[in-house]
Amino acid sequence: GPSLAPGARSEISALPEVALRLLARPGAVLAPALGERGPGIAMTSELDIFVGNTTLIDEDVYRLWLDGYSVNDAVALRVRSGILEQTGATAGVLQSDTMDHYRTFHMLERLLHAPPKLLHQLIFQIPPSRQALLIERYYTFDEAFVREVLGKKLSKGTKKDLDDISAKTGITLKSCRRQFDNFKRVFKVVEEMRGSLVDNIQQHFLLSDRLARDYAAIVFFANNRFETGKKKLQYLSFGDFAFCAELMIQNWTLGAVDSQMDDMDVDLDKEFLQDLKELKVLVADKDLLDLHKSLVCTALRGKLGVFSEMETNFKVCDPVQALPPKVLSAQPPASGAEDRTPKIPAPQNLSRGLVNVAAKLTHNKDVRDLFVDLVEKFVEPCRSDHWPLNDVRLFLNQYSASVHSLDGFRHQTLWDRYMGTLRGCLLRLYHD
Amino acid sequence: MPGKLKVKIVAGRHLPVMDRASDLTDAFVEVKFGNTTFKTDVYLKSLNPQWNSEWFKFEVDDEDLQDEPLQITVLDHDTYSANDAIGKVYIDIDPLLYSEAATVISGWFPIYDTIHGIRGEINVVVKVDLFNDLNRFRQSSCGVKFFCTTSIPKCYRAVVIHGFVEELVVNEDPEYQWIDRIRTPRASNEARQRLISLMSGELQRKIGLKVLEMRGNAVVGYLQCFDLEGESGLVVRAIGTACTLDKLSSPAAFLPACNSPSKEMKESPLVHPPSHGCRSTHNSPIHTATGSRLTQNFSVSVPTLIYTGMGSGSAGKEGGPFKALLRQQTQSALEQREFPFLTLTAFPPGLLVHVGGVVSARSVKLLDRIHNPDEPETRDAWWAEIRQEIKSHAKALGCHAVVGYSESTSICEEVCILSASGTAAVLNPRFLQEGTVEGSLEQRIEENLPVGCGFCHIPYDELNMPFPAHLTYCYNCRKQKVPDVLFTTIDLPTDAVVVGKGCLIQARLCRLKKKAQAEANATAISNLLPFMEYEVHTQLMNKLKLKGMNALFGLRIQITVGENMLTGLASATGVYLAALPTPGGIQIAGKTPSDGSYEQHISHMQKRINDTIAKNKELYEINPPEVSEEIIGSPIPEPRQRSRLLRSQSESSDEVTELDLSHGKKDAFVLEIDDTDAVEDVHSLLTDVPPPSGFYSCNTEIMPGINNWTSEIQMFTSVRVVRLSSLNLTNQALNKNFNGLCENLLKSLYFKLRSMTPCCLCHVNFTVSLPEDELIQVTVTAVAITFDKNQALQTTKAHVEKTLQRASADSEEPLQFPLELCSDSMPAPAFPAAKEHLESTSSNSGTPAAQRDRCSSWIELIKLKAQTIRRGSIKTTVTVEKASPMSDGNFRNRSAPPCASSTVGVVKMTPLSFIPGAKITKYLGIINMFFIRETTSLREEGGVSGFLHAFIAEVFAMVRAHVAALGGNAVVSYIMKQCVFMENPSKNQAQCLINVSGDAVVFVRESDLEAMSTQQPAVNCQTSCPGEVTT
Repeated sequence: GPSLAPGARSEISALPEVALRLLARPGAVLAPALGERGPGIAMTSELDIFVGNTTLIDEDVYRLWLDGYSVNDAVALRVRSGILEQTGATAGVLQSDTMDHYRTFHMLERLLHAPPKLLHQLIFQIPPSRQALLIERYYTFDEAFVREVLGKKLSKGTKKDLDDISAKTGITLKSCRRQFDNFKRVFKVVEEMRGSLVDNIQQHFLLSDRLARDYAAIVFFANNRFETGKKKLQYLSFGDFAFCAELMIQNWTLGAVDSQMDDMDVDLDKEFLQDLKELKVLVADKDLLDLHKSLVCTALRGKLGVFSEMETNFKVCDPVQALPPKVLSAQPPASGAEDRTPKIPAPQNLSRGLVNVAAKLTHNKDVRDLFVDLVEKFVEPCRSDHWPLNDVRLFLNQYSASVHSLDGFRHQTLWDRYMGTLRGCLLRLYHD
Repeated sequence: MPGKLKVKIVAGRHLPVMDRASDLTDAFVEVKFGNTTFKTDVYLKSLNPQWNSEWFKFEVDDEDLQDEPLQITVLDHDTYSANDAIGKVYIDIDPLLYSEAATVISGWFPIYDTIHGIRGEINVVVKVDLFNDLNRFRQSSCGVKFFCTTSIPKCYRAVVIHGFVEELVVNEDPEYQWIDRIRTPRASNEARQRLISLMSGELQRKIGLKVLEMRGNAVVGYLQCFDLEGESGLVVRAIGTACTLDKLSSPAAFLPACNSPSKEMKESPLVHPPSHGCRSTHNSPIHTATGSRLTQNFSVSVPTLIYTGMGSGSAGKEGGPFKALLRQQTQSALEQREFPFLTLTAFPPGLLVHVGGVVSARSVKLLDRIHNPDEPETRDAWWAEIRQEIKSHAKALGCHAVVGYSESTSICEEVCILSASGTAAVLNPRFLQEGTVEGSLEQRIEENLPVGCGFCHIPYDELNMPFPAHLTYCYNCRKQKVPDVLFTTIDLPTDAVVVGKGCLIQARLCRLKKKAQAEANATAISNLLPFMEYEVHTQLMNKLKLKGMNALFGLRIQITVGENMLTGLASATGVYLAALPTPGGIQIAGKTPSDGSYEQHISHMQKRINDTIAKNKELYEINPPEVSEEIIGSPIPEPRQRSRLLRSQSESSDEVTELDLSHGKKDAFVLEIDDTDAVEDVHSLLTDVPPPSGFYSCNTEIMPGINNWTSEIQMFTSVRVVRLSSLNLTNQALNKNFNGLCENLLKSLYFKLRSMTPCCLCHVNFTVSLPEDELIQVTVTAVAITFDKNQALQTTKAHVEKTLQRASADSEEPLQFPLELCSDSMPAPAFPAAKEHLESTSSNSGTPAAQRDRCSSWIELIKLKAQTIRRGSIKTTVTVEKASPMSDGNFRNRSAPPCASSTVGVVKMTPLSFIPGAKITKYLGIINMFFIRETTSLREEGGVSGFLHAFIAEVFAMVRAHVAALGGNAVVSYIMKQCVFMENPSKNQAQCLINVSGDAVVFVRESDLEAMSTQQPAVNCQTSCPGEVTT
């Protein structure tokens, strides 16, 4: 389900103190620290610190800090949460407390950049559970933010780009910067590493399994520069992409074949991509195509609500399949007899589309457009025909499996490696 | 050549990048002890070097072993230029010098640089082979154990308490030497750190020698301080209590001996002797340590004196033959320079017989320019003078000993205030009285030691009281006289019967002072001191009344001198002692003939005060049971007191009359509103807000009325510096600001620790300094301890009952340890009061005679205003209620540690002498560390707050690392003795000096201990303390 990446979304705290963080910029500017002083001489606070043998971590303030609020904004938000009434504290106390926590977080930030350091350092005595919380929260990112940068090159997060993202998403620039730097840092560390991507991330950043998987997706996407920002991909969540990334890492990378070799999870298996051209025979060979179609149709007849659309779309020839997606018909085909010729002249051919996507993956440019292609060639046609998800599943299962009965086809293994992953991805991508 | 020191450098980690080009470091290590230096190989291009060196061996005298720190310097090798220092580690090897403590120091130490702070860590192993010392004239005192803890450490028992030891050493401060102008700040800081380390080592060795002379084997309550006298030098001084301690080794006695006080309070200390670490189980203490060389001679070669109890009201009449005897025995000791002082604040059962009250002395001195480091006589003489004064104050209170004794200084430019304070007390001397006297003494002891109220009974002669005080018969035993209010510097005795809970009480005061030079300045300060003492005491008394309580424990008054002001801050823990009478209220009296609105105003204020008292009584659960008049009146009091006794609390107007009649002065708890100042004073009384619900606070070890601690503790240090920015300061405004500063600080602490409630801030220790013209710095160190709210309710009652129940048993239990004190045992009831019982004294050598006279003109004022014992009134006593008996099993539950106990490497720190829910199984040695940190990039380090925050965190880290390397998992009796902060923001610079100390220990959770009670505890602790690499 969509909960694949809960770590990616900032949770809404049950505490009113933080639930308010989504309010627009806090306007109230607080009186200085010793605001409660009476008349008399002015007394300004020069220095005000609290150091515990066990470092005090206030989760709510940590969240405000992570969200990039200034001390004054954070104090204002805390005031609005009603904490003063709950505790009987004064605004000055709150200001001092917030400053103190911010200072602590600032000092911890250097260590959070290399979480194992946080575990081994001697300066801050923090219980392990708190250390884990600090790290996890620090690396947690906003859905809105990750969707903006997913698949983009992480080397140059220019300030202007982040400014734009901040303006667009409502996430503070400071928080955007932290999130971007986190992506970049994780990327840099694991980019050249052998072995399992998730394991590497977990080992070097001590993240939870969930969050490490998310980061693996981010690194994988950044490395392969998959396009995720196109308008037609906007309906997809980070979770959708992360799901696909995981499948692809598991099946399409070098590590998928032999993780002991000096290969990596981050790069797609080039040889495999080259080989995918062999699959073209499935659409190029008319006999093979027909046979494939009939196998699928026979198996699915009566089981599929959208059988005719499927049958129609399966093999219609697709001479202009490389055309931009605008050409695609928006008109839904009417349901009708099984042998009816298509009313829609538009070149929709599910099989051809899927095989062509495979055949194109030799080019970097086309790799980047993988998701655009999948949506154009498969998701959108099916959606426009109102395929229920279950029908899509039945179709894809049968479509993949039937190839095994094609006597003339010699690339069964290749097909399975390709289609196994693609089927998972397509099912995940197929929603409104 | 009695010792071989062996050092191995294992590895480093997290080193800083020293070579920008490669982003790596070529590190090597220099190991220096005395004048010998060894080096490791250079480990090229790594931030985590593995040196794995050979054993570097230093063959040294044990004198050097004691004085010198082991100095480890990590450097970056540079082929072409000078090697760059990365940082240093100083390791005090003293803990390795006595057998019972640590055997090896091994672990990761932060590499510290005075400019950059902590820069990575280094793994070091240190061992010492000590040879038997055959030299009779040795200068070392290896083997004498030192404890910061101001009570007999758990898992030891006191065989003999020998008494006071003190020493000081002086030197030039490197910071003020001419060479400092040409060397780098780093070199200067390091010279200072090293010098102070050397001086502390020397001081400790010298104190140790004194202890050996006294036939002792340990110093308890060891307090070492630095006086940074600027150009006139550096003084390191220490005081402590020499003892002969015996390690409790029998398993039966061992386990309970390390109880936290909570448990001890529950157990009846006198009924179950083996359960207490601090007492002998033998009847005749002289023979207890048979075979021990140390105790055999104690009564022969060391001139000893006994501080006998002259405490009961009848002592004056009956004590004749006694006194004569004691005088005889102690004649020679009168010439001694020794002082009958103990730095202990908690005592083995039976030692403390009576408490007279707080005695204190202050003296203003002008620091002389340069002195000869080899002749510390001047400073010695100053302190001797002060101590003499303390001694005579105690005498005036009918006491022969001073307990809870401490000394401090405040220095500003060339003026220095020396302060000493303690609690006059009568201690039990039984051990000396063998043969003829013993019988009668024992009787007296029995008389004096009933039901946990004995210490409240007056030690002075009621017919010849040194100052006006109102006495009543003890509300607990009704046999002896007690004062109406009791002030002490000690912890609440564990057997004291208390009603309700205690609370932190503070008096705060600022006084402006004209800027002046030298003698004029000293004179001005001397003139101000008596006023301040008086006002501090008045405030304390008023606040105590406002809380509805009648006794103060742990009183500490700090007077700080700055260039243009003086501050006074007194902290204490207020408590309601069941033995003392219920305090009277506070009465407001208008001076001027009144019109209607004024009357109304007065009555309004009176109402607010009454309301506050009522509220506080509720808050602190002070509901002493009412007792009928007849019971109290049964022994016939002297007429005046009787009339007072029969007067009800509300008739305070009568008190005014009476007070005026008897003294012509106002009593502390009648507040006269005769000017705006007075109005302000009353208001300020009412501005102190009680802690939010769920919080309690005290400055003593244990919070009276709470003893069901759970295991969560949080020690912290909080520092605030405020700048007063006004040209025309007034005392009023100043006071208000200072008061606000302290109150806000407390509020912040409560807020920060809110997640720990219900909890108690214990050992709250405020320190004030005035670093610059308009700066006030307040430093607070304390520990927050959680407790179980549900069990809190019953314990008081149970405790009262228990105490009463065991009363009879107590009096028959013979005392079990000897006390050996050297000094005058003479009671001096007939002392002319005016000169002797001053609490504040300003004296001499630095100040002109004329001004001394002026000071003495304040004697009268002080005498009448700032007494330790004050009048109060009225009646109530504790009736013994039937309390639900609690089995000991109940107490086991409260420690319920939901702890993540497996957290390896955690080192707890606490200013207390115990860890709640745990037993201390081993003392590993004293931690005494001094650090300097300096920056020339203040802004970049987060300003002054960022700078100090990081530094204090680093200091904690270094303390923890040293404790862990000793094999410990906690430091108890931790104290930050000094935190001197100086800033120069315009130059982007700041400097800070911090001195901390404490006892490194191994503790074992009670729950763990129960789980494996058959096994040896030491094994258990090894697993729970941070195991570091050994080779």
